[in-house]
Amino acid sequence: MDQMKPVITKETKNKISVDYEGKLSVKERLTRKLKASNTWMTALVNALKFILMMGVSYVILFPFFSKIAGSFMSKEDVVDATVSLIPKNFTFEQYKWIAIDNNYLEAFINTLLLSLVCAILQTFVACLVGYGLSKFKFKGNKLIMMIVIVTMIIPHSTLDVAMLRHFTSFDLGYIMSMGGKGLLGSIFGKIELTNSFWPFVILSIGGIAFKNGLYIYMMRQFFKGVPDELEESAYVDGSGTFRTFIQIILPLSVPMMITIFLFAFSWQWTDQFYTGLFFIGAERPWVMPDLIYEIPIHLRTTYAGKALYENVIQNTAGIMIIAPLVIMYLFCQRYLVQGIERSGIVG
Amino acid sequence: MTKDINVASNASGSGAFFKKLFRRRASLDAKKARSGYMFVAPFILGVLLIYLPILIDSVWFSFSNVEFNPSDPSTLILTNAGFEHYKSALNNQSFITALLSGLQQLVFEVPAIIVFSLFIAVVLNQKMLGRAMFRAIFFVPVIISTGIMESINDADMMSGNSGEGIDDGTGGGASDIVSVLDVQVLFSGMKIGGGLVGYVVDLVNNVYNIINYSGVQMLIFLAGLQSISPAIYEACRIDGASGWETFWKVTFPMISPMILVNAVYTIIDSFTRTTNPAMYFINNYNGPNEEVSIAMAWMYFIIVIIIIAVVGAIASSFVFYQRRD
Repeated sequence: MDQMKPVITKETKNKISVDYEGKLSVKERLTRKLKASNTWMTALVNALKFILMMGVSYVILFPFFSKIAGSFMSKEDVVDATVSLIPKNFTFEQYKWIAIDNNYLEAFINTLLLSLVCAILQTFVACLVGYGLSKFKFKGNKLIMMIVIVTMIIPHSTLDVAMLRHFTSFDLGYIMSMGGKGLLGSIFGKIELTNSFWPFVILSIGGIAFKNGLYIYMMRQFFKGVPDELEESAYVDGSGTFRTFIQIILPLSVPMMITIFLFAFSWQWTDQFYTGLFFIGAERPWVMPDLIYEIPIHLRTTYAGKALYENVIQNTAGIMIIAPLVIMYLFCQRYLVQGIERSGIVG
Repeated sequence: MTKDINVASNASGSGAFFKKLFRRRASLDAKKARSGYMFVAPFILGVLLIYLPILIDSVWFSFSNVEFNPSDPSTLILTNAGFEHYKSALNNQSFITALLSGLQQLVFEVPAIIVFSLFIAVVLNQKMLGRAMFRAIFFVPVIISTGIMESINDADMMSGNSGEGIDDGTGGGASDIVSVLDVQVLFSGMKIGGGLVGYVVDLVNNVYNIINYSGVQMLIFLAGLQSISPAIYEACRIDGASGWETFWKVTFPMISPMILVNAVYTIIDSFTRTTNPAMYFINNYNGPNEEVSIAMAWMYFIIVIIIIAVVGAIASSFVFYQRRD
């Protein structure tokens, strides 16, 4: 059996770095792994595992390939049975007209603003509430955790009618069915918040927006794993709870925060339910999901393969919607797994 | 006499001391509790001021007829309707059908997703070639397959048309990867029930959906697997346990709390998804009054709560907790 020789390099006076396989090429690593495995059986099992994983990855990625391939096809290619993945007449038409006719830039900026604001607020609120629930004993702690779970379970589409009514004439702590007017309503009159970002901001600050229960739960589990001694030593040194939270706890939880941010950002980015609920009428902000439902004027056609071609246009719009997300994911992916691994979620 | 007084004063002195000590500790606790409330304040305020009114209104609307006040459009006029909307929802035959097929989908999906995500998480947790790449690919669905993308994928004809047979389950026939008939012929010699064969065939044909819906579950399982101490596996190896035995005697009990969490999460996820037949029906209900759709949503919610309670009760009797606190 060939023993692997680690590469030892001296970085500074007191520090050495030991590299077992980092500098080797994939081929070299593969052959070493094959040699290092005890029998041919393990090699076989490893190969099977690899093939299986490749298969599942294929299933995940194939729709993207087919969508991307379709997005470059011209009208004729779509109905051509001989064209499967590689287009015969390469074209940027779909991208061009979706961008121009459907106001891609406007949708992009609106969605970016909305998602950024929501994701930042939701991440911060989830941190606060998760920290409060995990590290402090107070009356009603368990009850609040129960409520967090309940907000996660009740689907928001159960509440959509009431939610819309509440944001078309917004008020605080006012039950409409009781009749009369709420506090804000009697002072300022009817406050209409639809067609603005306010419903999203308000829901985010309250920690009751889409899937926020999950974020709070994840943050709570993460903070449970942070040793209490850290805060205790900070308290002994005379730091207050809030300062300890900002200066000691938050820097520790950056990977987890990035995970939550990524979830919140991308779920808000592709969200259709809330934007469809709150953005109504002609003056609504133009957001990403709107790109899909409108076939660009220049691409409207009456020929035979219309349904299929419109499908291709929708797919192209879909690619344009998720492209920014994919780019962001590629950069944050490392933190995603790290954050989840450190959270050590335990029932 | 003096001695007695001394004792008494002594006692009261120590009592006061303890009292003082106790009060100081209590005040520290109270201080900590107060900052605890400060931290959860956004959520408490959000629930009390926004969420609860919406919730109560939603329930109330389902029991009444809602109309806008003609003289003042910012207020509503509600007239009591009792269980009328619930009755008309139950009399709606297509609602019952959608509900049943939604529940059917739940029963179909939940075991499949849990088994699949556990399997993948176990494989991804081992050292293997290209692990980082696979992890990156496997979590793509977590980010992508929600909201709008879900509806695009559902309507996508291209991937089905390219002859690759990735089917969303609605098609069937020619583009299926596995034809039920073929498999049934293959298994007819063995004594396996037709229901089981049908289930497995459905799973294979729905593999795309199942993979796409198991992203978060995979993450949770992976986190759970990471938290199992390697020392236990080492002990197993020294005692000569095979990989199979190690999985069922160590990994499985240790991961069982996560199975419960994932079961509940999958049920919630499956029934709140917009492509769920029942949810779809409720969201697109265009009846004479929308109160009926609220009533439907609440009925659906109650059914699912009951399912979650039953699953939770059954699963929690099997769950193994390493430390009880």
